[in-house]
Amino acid sequence: MYVAVKGGERAIDNAHGWLAEERRGDRAVPELTIPQIREQMTLAVNRVMAEGSLYDPDLAALAIKQARGDLIEAIFLIRAYRTTLPRLAGSRPVDTAAMAVDRRISATFKDLPGGQVLGPTFDYTHRLLDFALMAEAEPPTPLPSPRGGGEVPGAAAGQEAPPSPLVEEGWGGGPPRVPHVTGFLNRDGLIEAAPSSGATPPDLTRAPMELPADRALRLQALARGDEGFLLGLAYSTQRGYGRTHAFVGELRIGRVAVEVEIPELGFAVEIGEIELTECETVNQFKGSKTEPPQFTRGYGLVMGQSERKAIAMSLVDRALRWQDLGEDFTGAPAQDEEFVLMHCDNIQATGFLEHIKLPHYVDFQAELELVRRLRAEAETMPEAAE
Amino acid sequence: MTSPAPEARKAWIATLAKAPPGRLAELMPELPPHDLLRAPEVGAVMVRGRIGGTGAAFNLGEMTVTRCSVRLPSGPVGHAWVQGRDRAHARRAAVIDALMQTEAAPDLAARILAPLRAEAEARRAARAAKAAGTKVEFFTMVRGEDQ
Repeated sequence: MYVAVKGGERAIDNAHGWLAEERRGDRAVPELTIPQIREQMTLAVNRVMAEGSLYDPDLAALAIKQARGDLIEAIFLIRAYRTTLPRLAGSRPVDTAAMAVDRRISATFKDLPGGQVLGPTFDYTHRLLDFALMAEAEPPTPLPSPRGGGEVPGAAAGQEAPPSPLVEEGWGGGPPRVPHVTGFLNRDGLIEAAPSSGATPPDLTRAPMELPADRALRLQALARGDEGFLLGLAYSTQRGYGRTHAFVGELRIGRVAVEVEIPELGFAVEIGEIELTECETVNQFKGSKTEPPQFTRGYGLVMGQSERKAIAMSLVDRALRWQDLGEDFTGAPAQDEEFVLMHCDNIQATGFLEHIKLPHYVDFQAELELVRRLRAEAETMPEAAE
Repeated sequence: MTSPAPEARKAWIATLAKAPPGRLAELMPELPPHDLLRAPEVGAVMVRGRIGGTGAAFNLGEMTVTRCSVRLPSGPVGHAWVQGRDRAHARRAAVIDALMQTEAAPDLAARILAPLRAEAEARRAARAAKAAGTKVEFFTMVRGEDQ
């Protein structure tokens, strides 16, 4: 039985008013603008885009501002917004080999063609607080690099820039390409192939996820999954719960063009560019009845610059593949598809978790009645209990 | 009205889509008269990746996109699909796509597309050069047994 309870309206209005005030904080401090958040809190913006599953830096920045920096709340806002958008099309699969790379490293090959490019990384920083950033006026920070960094002579003036050492020209005058490390191993047959197919992938935003899920559906769920949850799961595989002996074959961050088939034109055009982080792990594999001993692969692809998430995703992807590869199920959480896929979405999780704080007066009243009755029964039958 | 080669049209549509909206508006502040066949519409495109970079496709997540179609009084129809939610950007790109099918094409190519391409290339080159500046140059230390 539900009993309608009214009377909270005024309290709710006042709570929302106060929330807006608290969001703004001390009015003596200048208000944050959306461009400031987008440009200076980029990695938070990236996380909101990835887990909100909508690439739009301005909207992600707005969501962060509105959510007072609570990233899961911001992701919630983005997820709610994206349901209002008509789906215009699906893109052609992005070509990550044609990525304009900011960063590209391999933990397996020191001298990979194109080299190890560190990019704007926190690696090798000392993790000491930089009090200079606290000063009101930011000091100029020239790049220390004697070559390449900072201003490019000639580039701004429209002259030809020096050729980048990272790329080789594509065949047929296509975009410059940065070959994948796994491609080198693939040439020798030392690693499993990843053959392409023309199949339209399943979409969990269109049809409820059904288990068992194929790898494409799992990757979609992981790509929008919670970074912290995937990090914990991936770490658990490293500590022995479904160990897969992963090496980071390659990690790359950069921009790729998004191409869409336009029905009114009858051909595909590039409609924009997005930043992605891609991780490919190379994993030990002893072979099975059908497969020779070779390396196997885990894959992570995440919107924006988010290498922790991309690495975690590729470890969890690999752990979930135990069945395809004929490995043993050891009972590890990271191998359990149902456990991983049904719990990695932070909006589903927080929705169910937080709903228990909302009124459950009637439910609880029933529990209360039950406990009272059981206690009364126990008290009236003291002898029987002995 | 000339019928453009698909490759050329593909290239200018991409240039217009990827142009910073503010810069495009600066280069083409006034739009000639045109009819809206499809008013600018904001929606989403599902971006796909490939498993392992080369394998079967999977859905990575969506991006915001705005599309628009226009017709010039003289007949040519222009289309635009641009990243983001900027309706003016989509409309401007669609009008230029239509104009590029008229005798105004050479002038627009020189006045609008060429600078946009040069600026995009300069941005790309500047970033590539910064990346190149962070390339590791390994060198081998003298090892004990060599001495």
